[in-house]
Amino acid sequence: MISPLSRQLVSRARESRLTWPLLALLALLVANVIATPTFFNVRFQNGHLYGSLIDILKNGAPTLLIALGMTLVIATRGIDLSVGAVVAIAGAVACSSIATADDPSSPAAALVGMALALGLCAVLGLWNGFLVAVLGIQPIIATLVLMTAGRGIAMLITDGQIITVNNDSYARVGAGFWLLPVAILISMSVFVVVGLVTRRTALGMLIESVGINPEASRLAGVRSRTIIWTVYVFAAVCAGIAGLMISSNVRAADANNAGLWIEMDAILAVVIGGTSLAGGRYSLTGTLIGALIIQTLTTTVYTAGVAPEVTLVFKAVVVIAVCLLQSAKARAALGRLSRRSRSRPAAVTSRPAACARPGRDGAAERPEDPTAVPTQKASHS
Amino acid sequence: MTESIATPLQSTVDPVVELRGITVEFPGVRALDDVDFRLFPGEVHALIGENGAGKSTLIKALTGVCDIDAGEIYLNQAPVRFASPKAAQAAGISTVYQEVNLCPNLTVAENILLGREPRRFGAIDGRAMRERARTVLERMGLAIDPGSALGDYPIAVQHLVAIARAVEIESRVLILDEPTSSLDASEVAELFRIIRVLRNQGTAILFVSHFLEQVYEISDRMTVLRNGRRVGEYLPGDLSRVELVSAMLGRELRVLEEIERVAATGGDAAGRVPVIRVDGLGRTGAIEPVDLEIHEGEVVGLAGLLGSGRTELARLLFGADHSSSGEIRVDGRVVHLHNPRAAIAVGIAFCSEDRKGEGLIADLSIRDNLILAMQASRGWPRPIPRRVKDELVQRYIRALDIRPANPDTLVRNLSGGNQQKVVLARWLIVEPRLLILDEPTRGIDIGAKAQIQKLVTDLATDGLAVVFISAELEEVLRISDRVVVLRDRRKIAELRSADTDVDAVMSLIARGHGAPEQREAV
Repeated sequence: MISPLSRQLVSRARESRLTWPLLALLALLVANVIATPTFFNVRFQNGHLYGSLIDILKNGAPTLLIALGMTLVIATRGIDLSVGAVVAIAGAVACSSIATADDPSSPAAALVGMALALGLCAVLGLWNGFLVAVLGIQPIIATLVLMTAGRGIAMLITDGQIITVNNDSYARVGAGFWLLPVAILISMSVFVVVGLVTRRTALGMLIESVGINPEASRLAGVRSRTIIWTVYVFAAVCAGIAGLMISSNVRAADANNAGLWIEMDAILAVVIGGTSLAGGRYSLTGTLIGALIIQTLTTTVYTAGVAPEVTLVFKAVVVIAVCLLQSAKARAALGRLSRRSRSRPAAVTSRPAACARPGRDGAAERPEDPTAVPTQKASHS
Repeated sequence: MTESIATPLQSTVDPVVELRGITVEFPGVRALDDVDFRLFPGEVHALIGENGAGKSTLIKALTGVCDIDAGEIYLNQAPVRFASPKAAQAAGISTVYQEVNLCPNLTVAENILLGREPRRFGAIDGRAMRERARTVLERMGLAIDPGSALGDYPIAVQHLVAIARAVEIESRVLILDEPTSSLDASEVAELFRIIRVLRNQGTAILFVSHFLEQVYEISDRMTVLRNGRRVGEYLPGDLSRVELVSAMLGRELRVLEEIERVAATGGDAAGRVPVIRVDGLGRTGAIEPVDLEIHEGEVVGLAGLLGSGRTELARLLFGADHSSSGEIRVDGRVVHLHNPRAAIAVGIAFCSEDRKGEGLIADLSIRDNLILAMQASRGWPRPIPRRVKDELVQRYIRALDIRPANPDTLVRNLSGGNQQKVVLARWLIVEPRLLILDEPTRGIDIGAKAQIQKLVTDLATDGLAVVFISAELEEVLRISDRVVVLRDRRKIAELRSADTDVDAVMSLIARGHGAPEQREAV
């Protein structure tokens, strides 16, 4: 279907964008193995798989889900700050629906609750999309509305209480097993489905087109409004599924703390994965790696016994390091620095310098944009 | 040419600013090519040229906004190189840009002295500030209260305050980039009065404007740029308007003369239903109502200077802007083009003059850019099958000779000419009935230019209706069957290309009235 040449080129382009996040993830895993030699061990017990790696995937599932939605939103030059609040609302709706059902432990009650929750999340996504696509409000402001109001809505639904439910069907979403934890299966299927839908149809290309140049897309007849609307609804539904997962895992809805600051982790995952906040080209695989990095980091903090007071600082340091590695400018500066100090071992000297080059014609194109602007302006003299 | 001009000033005074052989290159474009320019104290020197001629780049090169690849700048005979606009300002060169960049929430005095506030015991001395502002406003003959908020005044006054700010710095050189574009006649008169006051006080003023009337009214000397090169330096008295327009638009290289437009089809058009017919189509503030019809296989050129309404008319035809009056008929049926999608649906395509801003999706591949319009009209759930896509992309890359021919190349890495071909091919793929081309040959190399012109004539021969806009009159006349001449946002004439020539169209553009309006009998 694809010619060998273009496949080779495509894979090379992918590589250059994903290389650094992937290396960072591997480095983190290696660090963990050194700290905890049993880190890679996976046990098979009672028909379930257990192990640190499985834990990382399971605990990272909500972040991954939200980050997938966030990726598409960011690709259209947008951002969705409301996903954390939507997580809380989804849990609140599902739990209060199940708790007030005729038979709170029946599978039917769980299904109705989840359907209601996801339905409401879709409506919330429509709201965000309406503000951004129709009213033209800046995405960061438009979604800030729901970010702040959303937890209030969740509180209203739960009456300010933490609602606990005792429904085995519902608990299965976040805590169930089917060889692997159900949460992993759900997040991975969403990952695959989104990948297929955006890359096998024209949706992905049109999303990128709208993100790269909205006006040119409009003049080419792209329905940018519909596309922007779609990604916000998708992001909200993803956040809804994540919300169900989180609340099902603890069999309770906590309007205050469920999904608190998860939007930040999701945005980080997207950025670490190589999708620019300026919109345009996106990589779902990059986001997957980014989400895994963040979750591995969290797990590392616990297993390596980092003091809780410095946990966030530790996380920040790693994130900064990954972002610096991705920046062509930083890598070039690093290369110059190491070339200057000849006393260092050769391996250290050669690596950053050599790696600065592929970036220049790949991911590093963006920093050169500012020079393109004067050209454009000059032609308008 | 430069040496032959003698002004009373020149013999006694040296230029305050002199540029020699300035060359500025942006990726893929040589924005300025070996340009000389000089500015004497106490003169208003107009810098004139069409879009992309290099006026803004010249100002940016002079004021340290962009880097110079070759050439020297002399300030009072001493070579200088400004690293930043701030350095230029410190050396006495102030620039007032088209858009006022001041703080509307601050007072007039605060704006005039922003960053140079007089201090007393470390704190800003409000009284001294107002006094200094009042002095400079009086010097300019402006009756504005320095203590009032800048935002309370209309844009025109804000512009004058921006100039006052430059005057307060005691600038030796004042650069005014399109200062009159948002002003009405009385405001322009006020601005010119102040410009004359400053000139008489010895300030050298560089004045950029598209309005030829104003250039003749205010300037003591003119420099004309075209395509990044200096055409010449003139005194207004030595150069008639027609000569000036001719210098701005230039005469095309004879290389392109090979393209002969075969048998214009306009003659037998009578009786047939035009592809598109517009009656009184206009938009307030952009273009006065226009009547126009275009038949199958016909190329209609729009001629006029920048701001004459040529782009505005094209955007109305494509539904990119909303019209405030008039009707559009496609194949005799009234259509409402409230957005580009509606126009595309009835077979209209539009290549914007702003290739980067409104045409290309720079970070996508040639393939994605080519199929964008077709895919957009199909909707995202119905992707173009891979085989069809590859076949289309290959065919158009070959037909238009797009290089490199690899469909995976990002269009940002293509040359201007190839980028233009990509945008063109994007529209040809959807097989439009009417193709609107706004400056399709601007800023591209001569070879690509000839290819695109050839393509347009071939397409018309195959029955496509084309609207062709270009600042180069020879090009418009050579390619078009009919030419619509626009001036001051109005259609002033419609001529058969065969019955007219460049000089006639130029004089129409330069004068507007005077020449009898020749209407084509359709």
